[in-house]
This record gives sequence, C-alpha cells and structure tokens, in this order.
Amino acid sequence: MATILFDGIAYGMLLFVLACGLSVTLGLMNFINLAHGAFAMLGGYVTAILMSRWQVPFFLCLPAAFLAAAAVGLVLERTLYRQLYRRSHLDQVLFSIGIVFMAMAAADYLMGSEQQIIQLPDYLRGRVEVLGVGIGIYRALIIIICSVLVLALQGVLAYTRFGSRLRAAVDDPRAARGLGIRVDTVFAATFAVGSGLAGLGGALGAEILGVDPTFPLKYMIYFLIVVTVGGTSSLTGPFLAALLLGIADVAGKYYVPAFGSFVIYTVMIVVLLLRPQGLFARGGSR
Amino acid sequence: MTAAPLSSEAARLSPAASRARWRWPEAMFWLAALAALLLPDQHLILNEIAILALFALSLDLILGYAGIVSLGHAAFFGLGAYVAGLLTIHVAGEPLLGLVAAAGAGAVLGFATGFLVLRGSDLTRLMVTLGISLLLFEIANRAAGLTGGADGLNGMVVGPILGWFEFDLYGTTAYAYSLAVLFLLFLFARRVVHSPFGLSLKAIRDNRLRAAAVGVPVARRLVGIYTLSAAYAAVAGALLAQTTQFVSLDVFDFHRSADVLLVLVIGGAGYLYGGPIGAVLFRFLQDWISGLTPQYWSFWLGAFLVLLVLVGRDRLVQGVRRPLAALLSRIGAGR
Repeated sequence: MATILFDGIAYGMLLFVLACGLSVTLGLMNFINLAHGAFAMLGGYVTAILMSRWQVPFFLCLPAAFLAAAAVGLVLERTLYRQLYRRSHLDQVLFSIGIVFMAMAAADYLMGSEQQIIQLPDYLRGRVEVLGVGIGIYRALIIIICSVLVLALQGVLAYTRFGSRLRAAVDDPRAARGLGIRVDTVFAATFAVGSGLAGLGGALGAEILGVDPTFPLKYMIYFLIVVTVGGTSSLTGPFLAALLLGIADVAGKYYVPAFGSFVIYTVMIVVLLLRPQGLFARGGSR
Repeated sequence: MTAAPLSSEAARLSPAASRARWRWPEAMFWLAALAALLLPDQHLILNEIAILALFALSLDLILGYAGIVSLGHAAFFGLGAYVAGLLTIHVAGEPLLGLVAAAGAGAVLGFATGFLVLRGSDLTRLMVTLGISLLLFEIANRAAGLTGGADGLNGMVVGPILGWFEFDLYGTTAYAYSLAVLFLLFLFARRVVHSPFGLSLKAIRDNRLRAAAVGVPVARRLVGIYTLSAAYAAVAGALLAQTTQFVSLDVFDFHRSADVLLVLVIGGAGYLYGGPIGAVLFRFLQDWISGLTPQYWSFWLGAFLVLLVLVGRDRLVQGVRRPLAALLSRIGAGR
C-alpha cells in the first residue's frame, strides 16, 4: 500500500517535471503545444545514446538531456513557434501535431522503432526497507531531484526579477513591452527552459516510461491532463494535479488492472466538466 | 464580392436562397465522382476516399460551421464502425440497417457529449473530445469478449444491399454504395447549412456573444449540430466496417482524428466541399509520399502540416478559391 503510494508520488513528480514547461507555454502563454512530448522523447534518446554508446555516467546524461532539449526548443521557438503565438487555436493544434508526426517519424528513422534500453548504474537499482515500506532507490532519487526542481521553479517564478518579468509579459505583453521588458527574449528563454525540463524528465523517466518513437503521442494526454486539470494560475495547481494523476494511475493499474487508463480519462472529463478552469484555479480568469 | 450582374431570377431571391442555389460546378463535381465508377481497378481506393470525404464532411459541420475544434472525432467514427460490425455479426447482414443503427448510436453519443463541448475554452474542448475518444478506445480494447480487443472484429458477413447488390472483390459495389450515401448525406447537410439553423450556426461561430444577444439559443444549436455531425461520422465508420468487412481498434486511433482534421484543412473548412476535395487531395498526397518513403511518410505529412500553417491556411485556400470564383463568375455572366 505505502509502496504503491510511494511509486505513485515518484511517477507524479516525474509527470510534473515533464509537464511543467507545458504549463507555462499552454497555461500562461495560451499556446496549445501538443508537441511537448517530443522534447521529452529527445531527452530520453540523448540519455539512451550517451549511456549505451559512450558509457557516459548517468548523472552526466541528465544535464546533457536538459541542454539538448533546451537548445532544440530555443531554435524551434525562434524560427517557428513565435510566429504562431497570435494565431488561432486550430492553427496551433495543426502545427504542433505536424511537429509530433515529424518527431515520431524522425525517431523511428534514426533510432528504430524498438524501445531503448537504459541500464541504470548498480547503486541506483534495488530497494531498501524503510519502516517496513519497500522503497526503490531510483524512485527515491526521482522524488528528491523533482522536489528540488519544484522548489527552485517556484522560487524563480515568485521571487526573482526574471519571474516577475515573465508574469508581466504573460499578463499583458504590450504593457510589459512598454515598460522595457524584452518580451520576446523572456518568452524564448521560458520556452527553452520548459523544453529542457521536458528533456530532463524524459531522461529521468526513460527507465520508467520507456523511450520509443510513439512517446510523444502516448504521453501527450498525460501532460495535457496535468495542465488542464491543474489549472493555469500557478505552478502549485499542476504540481498537485501531477501528484494526483501519478498516484491514481499507479494505484489504478495495480488494484483494477482491468480498467487500465479508463479511470484517469473519466476523472479528467468529470473534472473538466465541473471545473473547466481546472481543479486548483483561483476563480475564472479567462 | 464580385459585381457580376445577377440574373433577374437570382435578384428576386433572398441572399440566403441565392447562395443555396445549385451551380453547375457542383453538378460537375458529383458527375465526376459518378464517372469515376468507369475507372477500372480503382474502386477500392475510391471507396476509401468517399468514406474519408464523409468523415471530413461531418467534421466540417462542427468546425467549419460552428467553430468547434475537435481532436477526438474518431470516437464517433469508431463507434459507428463497431455498431455496424456487431450488428452484422449478431443480428442481420443488411447494410442499410447497419447504417441506420450506427447513425442512431452516433447521434446518441453526440447528444450526450455535446453538452460537454459547450463548456470552457478551446483547450477544454480539445481535451474533452480527445478524452472521449481515448475512453472509447480503452473500452473497445478491454471489452475483448464483445469487440475482439486488439485482434479486431472478425467474421463479418455483410449481406447484399437491399437484398440485391452483392459486395464484390473489386470494390465496385462498395464505391457505388459509399458514394450514394455520401451524396445523400451531403444533400441533407447542404440543406441544413443553408437553412436558418445553419445561418444561426455561422452567427455563433463568428461571434458567440452577439449571436446570443440577438436571441439565438446558442447551447441548443451547438448541441444540435454536434449531434448531427456525430451521426455523420458514425455513418462513415459504418461504411468502412461494411465495405472492408473488418473492424479493428485502429478506428479509434488518434491518427484518425488528426488525419481528418488535416483532410478538412487541405480542402478548406466552411463550404462543405472542403471534405470531399480534401479527401481526394489527401489520398493523392498520401499515395505519392508513401511511394517515395513507404515507412516514414508521416514525417512528410507532418512537414506538410507545419508548412501549411506557416504559409497560412486562409491564404492557401483563398489562393485557390479566388481564381476559381473569378472564373465561375465570368462563366456565369456569359451565360
């Protein structure tokens, strides 16, 4: 029981790191980016390649995955995404589906359609008993890394100058521009960091979620659930939503395997019906 | 608008009625579709195109006329396919019965979920439509006793249409059948969108608040068209099931919802012919690209989508439509 809860929390934390970039682009900037999973997949592949071909230590792969995804995110934002901020939602959907298709076919072409195998170092495998609860070492590591990230992100958004610039730029780009905030730069940096975090999540989750070319579509709905159910007013909402989703998914698959992902979709639809603005939104801002 | 001199007959009609008048290019389109029956060896692919056209037409009703963006239209398509398939296996082999049952089931699901898409923003709608199609996928996957699960629904024996027209190996009957259904449903859709009901939908699409202010019952209209569109999509699914005599989980696939969106976008939304024209273009595009790179054709499909959006859908559609309209008005004036 406690083990399932623990695994669920680890899974939820992972989902949050994967999706928090999306909660900024989609939640705050109101850009429907269905291609977010592609960046996560990139992170996963970078890790898989580095570890299996060059025997790079796992802990060096994580920043590499972050940087690779962030770099690609930055390039794409500068060249393509920025032109679509003002477009209709349909355009954004079509565009990002196009990116997903391209990413999936490219991954298939370059790496083959089979699942990549990540060999974790020995000291991360296995379980320890703490107070009678079996705790996977790797999952504990995920929880620690993700908690640090969550705190850091919340701190950056709430207390730094960059955070207030970002919030200003999102609230009212024109006024922010008038105050001398370089909105374009802020958005580009945010997008890059968000993509990088997705890449990091993909790298961390490669062992749990698996990395194969269908990754962007398989987990797209999960990311979207985290953001829409969590609401978009802060990072706390998506964080709680990710935890709930992670626990519900792990518990659901363990206790009622016959229902599969059924529970999650139903819960999502019901939540969206009752609270279209998200479960943890403060009032309807849009 | 063009300043082509209106004939006296057209001048007497109201703008709405004159827009609803049949023009000969439309007749040409359907005659060409009928003439395609004379092409030998192509009927199987033509049948696929007709079904895709009907599916895209159903999406056009909600996207082009009511402005509802859906990422899960395959839900209705798949439902129709399974209903028709199960009916054929367990009840009767008569295809028309299957169509009616599928349309009914699609309409019920559309009506039930129509209330869900009324709420919230575009994003909520996307999520809810996507969620519903995933949900149905899961149900079809898990209820293996009924649907065959991942193996698909085998053992369909579809009887002759009305007891007369036997389905053949070359798809000739299949194409004629799908084309006839497409044409009839198209006629009905055309009637609907030119009716006051259809005009009020356009008003809602363009400005929901204003439409509500002039007394259009927004919620009822949207649920109405969503239900109709769902029934259309279900019929398209039923046609696929009957003409291929097989249903698999693939009918609920996300790819299908995305493809139909692409079809409609290629053809252009909001004038009904977008679905059929888009289906033809999409099939040719698909054939051509998968001829070049069989395995990775979805890469070029994605690239095409990205390019389409960056160039601008409107510009692309206008680029084709404006010369066409100019041509039409010149021919019309010379008549």
